[in-house]
Formats: sequence, C-alpha cells, structure tokens
Amino acid sequence: MGQTLFDKIWDAHVVSSNEGFPDILYIDTHFIHEVTSPQAFDGLRTRGLPVFRPKQTVATADHNVPTIDQHLPIKEELSRYQVDMLTKNCKEFGIELYGLGHPFQGIVHVIGPELGITRPGGTYVCGDSHTSTHGAFGAIAFGIGTSQVEQVMATQCLLQSRPKRMKIEVNGKLQNGVGAKDIILYIIAQISAAGGTGYAVEYAGDTIRSLSMEGRMTICNMSIEMGARCGLIAPDETTIEYVKGREFAPKGEEWDKAVAYWKTLYSDADASFDEVLSFKAEDIEPMITYGTNPGMGIGVTQHVPETASFEAKEQGSYKKALEYMGLHDDEQLLGKPIDYVFIGSCTNSRIEDLRQVAEFVKGKHKADNVTVWVVPGSKQVQEQAIREGLDKIFDAAGFPLREPGCSACLGMNEDKIPAGKYCVSTSNRNFEGRQGPNSRTFLASPLTAAASAITGVVTDIREFLKEKELVG
Amino acid sequence: MATKIFKHIQTSVVPLPIENIDTDQIIPARFLKATTREGFGNNLFRDWRFDGDDNPKPDFVLNNPNFSGKILVAGKNFGCGSSREHAAWAIADYGFDAVVSSFFADIFKGNALNNGLLPVQVSDDFLKKIFEAVYADEHAVVEIDLVDQFIKIVATGEQETFEVNPYKKACMTNGYDDIDYILSKKELIKEFEESK
Repeated sequence: MGQTLFDKIWDAHVVSSNEGFPDILYIDTHFIHEVTSPQAFDGLRTRGLPVFRPKQTVATADHNVPTIDQHLPIKEELSRYQVDMLTKNCKEFGIELYGLGHPFQGIVHVIGPELGITRPGGTYVCGDSHTSTHGAFGAIAFGIGTSQVEQVMATQCLLQSRPKRMKIEVNGKLQNGVGAKDIILYIIAQISAAGGTGYAVEYAGDTIRSLSMEGRMTICNMSIEMGARCGLIAPDETTIEYVKGREFAPKGEEWDKAVAYWKTLYSDADASFDEVLSFKAEDIEPMITYGTNPGMGIGVTQHVPETASFEAKEQGSYKKALEYMGLHDDEQLLGKPIDYVFIGSCTNSRIEDLRQVAEFVKGKHKADNVTVWVVPGSKQVQEQAIREGLDKIFDAAGFPLREPGCSACLGMNEDKIPAGKYCVSTSNRNFEGRQGPNSRTFLASPLTAAASAITGVVTDIREFLKEKELVG
Repeated sequence: MATKIFKHIQTSVVPLPIENIDTDQIIPARFLKATTREGFGNNLFRDWRFDGDDNPKPDFVLNNPNFSGKILVAGKNFGCGSSREHAAWAIADYGFDAVVSSFFADIFKGNALNNGLLPVQVSDDFLKKIFEAVYADEHAVVEIDLVDQFIKIVATGEQETFEVNPYKKACMTNGYDDIDYILSKKELIKEFEESK
C-alpha cells in the first residue's frame, strides 16, 4: 500500500510514537509573533527552561503593527507594549527577530516562504491558524495555541495525533477572472466551515497544479476556514523554481540533495485517503461571501439563500448572520454599494496579488464612496511593488499602498472597518466584528475587490474582462 | 508543571444555541493585547455581551441572571477560526469548567484540554435534549464525569458517553502537563536530530 504525501512527511518527523499517546512530532521551524508568544515565554521563565532550538525559531511583528509611519514609535500603548515585549523576549532567549524596520519584516506566513525558510517536506507551526499557508510547498504546517507555542519552544516538538487524510481534486479550465481565491471560497461553500475538521487536506488535480505558488498559498491558507488541520500540495517544478535562490534556501550541494528528496514527495498512486472530493474548475464563478463564516459564499451573480432552505435547527443562526450583515433572503449582492475595499492579509498580499490588482486598476480610479487600503504582506513585497512602479499606479487609482502587517484582516491595529460599513476584503474571515466592531465583510478575490472599488458596488469582474476583450 | 485537575462536575448550565461560534466572538482580537493569561473572562463574548457604550445587552444569556453554572452549552462547530488560546482562557477565566457542543473545531479543542477546560462532544440529539431541559427549567443540572466519560441530565437521567483522548484524560484527571511528558523523552529528540 502506497503512502500519502502527508504520511511521508509525518513519518519522517516522528520522534516517538506510543500506543495511547499522541505522536511526538519534530518541528523544523517555529514561527512566532507578538500576540500569541508572550505567555509562552513567561511559561519558560516559570519552568526555568531555555528555548531548546532558538536557531529554528523565527520571529516577526505583524498582527498589531500600524501600516503607516512604521518608522515612528507605535502610538497605541498596548500594541507598543506587546511589540516591545517580543523584542525583549527574543533578545533574552536568543531568537532572530524580523521586527519593525527590518527589511525582512512582514506577515509571518508571507515572510517564511519568501525567505526560503518554508520548504517542501518540512514541518512548520506558529501560534496562528493560517500557518496552513506553508503547506503550499508540500509541507506539514498548522496553527497552535500558546500552550503549544511554549511546548515547541521548550522541546522543538509537538504532541499531536495524526489527523485523517482528505484529497480534494480540482480539474479543468478556470473561467477568465476566476483565480485561486475563488477556488478555495467555492470549496468551503460546498463543504461548509466545518467540512474539513479532523483532516489534513491534500489539494490535487490539474487546476491546482496550474497555479503559481502564490495561488497555492492562497488555497492552503484558507484550509483552516473549513476546519482542516492543514492543507498541502505536492511540490513540483513550480515549487522548486520558487524556492531556488531565496535568502535561506539551501545552496550548492545541499540544494541538489534537497531537490532530490523533494522529488519523492507525492502521494503514491495507490495511497489511500479517508475522503476524496472532486470539483470542476468550469463550475466556479468569481465568489463572494454574504454571511458571517467563510462557508457562507456564493457565485457573485447568485442570490443569498432563503432561510427556509436550511434545517429548522440552523435557521436561528442563519437569520442572526443575515441580520448582522444587513441582508435579506434572496437578495442579490451584485450592485450593492460598498464602503471599503481591503487588499491584503496572509491570504492575498503577495507580489503577484499586487501586480494583478495594479494591472487591472491602471488608468482607472476608485469610486468616490469607497475607501481603499492596499497593505503589502511584507517589507520585501512593498519594496518590490515600489521597484516595479506599482505604488504610482495605485496612487493614481486612489489605492494608497501602505506598510506591511495583518491590518484590517483582524483589526488589531488602527485599520478597522467602521460599524455598519461594508468592506469587500481579500482576507480570510467574515466573522462578526472581525474587521472592527459591527463591520460587515464580503470576502472575495483581489480582482473582485479591485473591480468593486472602481464601481463602488459589488461587481462581477467578468463584465470588465468582456469589455477588455471587445476593446482588444 | 501541575495544571488544573478535572474529574467530575455537577452544575446548572448556560445555554448558547448558536452554531459556528468562532473565537473572534469568544474573545475579539482587540482584546488580545494582554501579555498574561489572566483577566480575559471580562471580555468573554464581548460584542454579544456589551453594546458599543459598554452597557450589558439584556438579551444575551450571560446577562440573564436566570442562567448560571459551570457548563457552557453551545451549537455545533464551537471554537472555529483563529488559534488564539485566549478563547479557552476567557471561558475558563469567566468560570466555566466545561463546554458542551455537538462538534468542536480542532485547535480550540486542543487549547481547552491544555487549560483544564473540558470540551464534551455530544450527539445532535443529546445537545437538543440539554437545550430542552434548560429551557424548561433554567436550574436543570447536568453531570459530567471525565473518569467514566459520561454526561447526564440529572432530572431525567438521560445520559450519553463521550470520547476523549486517553492521554489527555490522564493529563486532566491527574494535572499532568504535555511539556513534562515531552521533556521526559529529551534523549529521543536529540537522537532524532542527530539521525537527520
């Protein structure tokens, strides 16, 4: 019997496996940030323990940081204290910190891959649920709580039971204007926000294979939004090309050895999965969410479901969600006026996302009723965007390019969507209050977000692309 | 390092029959700026519990004096979303010892178990029965026994067994801690590193 990709990587990292106990899994790199680490460092102090492998621990400040004037001290006192605490803790425990002002600073799930720290076959954890992003490289990567952050700091290992394995295949040709974000929003809408719970999900099929690394990261990033433990995609030439030459990628002989190993990382033809799902790329429209969890998504031309279409016990929660969103049964989102557009987050803030948006908005201008924030995923993404002149295109379109951080994805810093306002957001969660108290989020792709910013209403990107074809 | 011990409780319950309660509802991100584990209970379900001027919302269950107890009972897929352990801290800090639901998100479940807060997964049917019992009598008592792995509605005697990882059960009933366990295998970790 063949093995799945997931099992190959898992087995290569088991330090100890005992009947009745979770496995002790070795962690190659532990990413930490300011919000979920301070209590873990305190725990180490109480126990009188050092960080066991500080060189395999990478820190950055991202959740709390302002996205303008990063060269100035952080104004908000509690945020500043938390970021200062991270600096102090990293110094005390000998951990490399890519803090504010450092050329490598950025959202933890953007910098790991762009620095070549995230590689095929590795194990990665972080006190952040979107750690699943790193699985795009054919790695096992998942989010952990602070007690587990402390555990990994103390031992470089994690106690973990092996999850079940699911394969999700997407095959066929995507419609024009439909991308990775639409694929994952579509899958989650099909299987619900809990449909992947208990599983490690491997994405496969020719549509997935045709995606860039950025697209694959967007897909794996949102695995947690269907409850999955992690998401992963077998490495191939696209993966190897992406990692090659990056700051911390292996070099010379080490590189050749690594690539030879990476080429063994795929699910064997006779590997068995606990669950296999298949979707057709042609069925996927540009997607948008209408509710308060990421499973509540529809094609942009479709209507919000009727309350009566749900089971009786689900209707209360459904009505609550629609009420929060200020929507009603059977409403069409297309054409609905919006107030904000947020392009950013660990889901969609990489250079490819920014290039795609810039190409689309070049020569256009945002609608007067919309405020647009473009927040790059990292300092490196920001600098690259500036080198390519994307900032000028954005400025001319009324899409100011800010400085890197998690920003309005979770509204921990000042970037909050005001109460009652609608935001088309490229981030990953539309939970109540996620982007600020009583804010209302429509999750969508960068292209849908950009098109909606131009028109001021929820827009079908395909309408623009038709025009372009006609002109062209 | 010893952690809180949980073996058995018998108490009235607080019903929250909403599905997909995410950790942003349990503790909104703007309250994650503390650097200690204490005090998060004050902001548990903050935006459901208080209005924009910090006045309690009378229709939210935690503001209803008729309901109290050490068990929170909630709709399916409880604790989805962010990995923030602050959600488990907030629930425990508020005074709950257990959460009952028909389905839990993975990361939340792990976080709860690491903090002496027992997640008890019951069938849809049993969850409905608990809600019916507490809405019929807000003082309805529920018993949870971790040692024998059962949950019981005391008045009617209806009960169900529940699953728990045997290792985590041993930790919770004895106050053991994951780090102590892994540290006891430190030589194996070093051997693993050398073999790579």
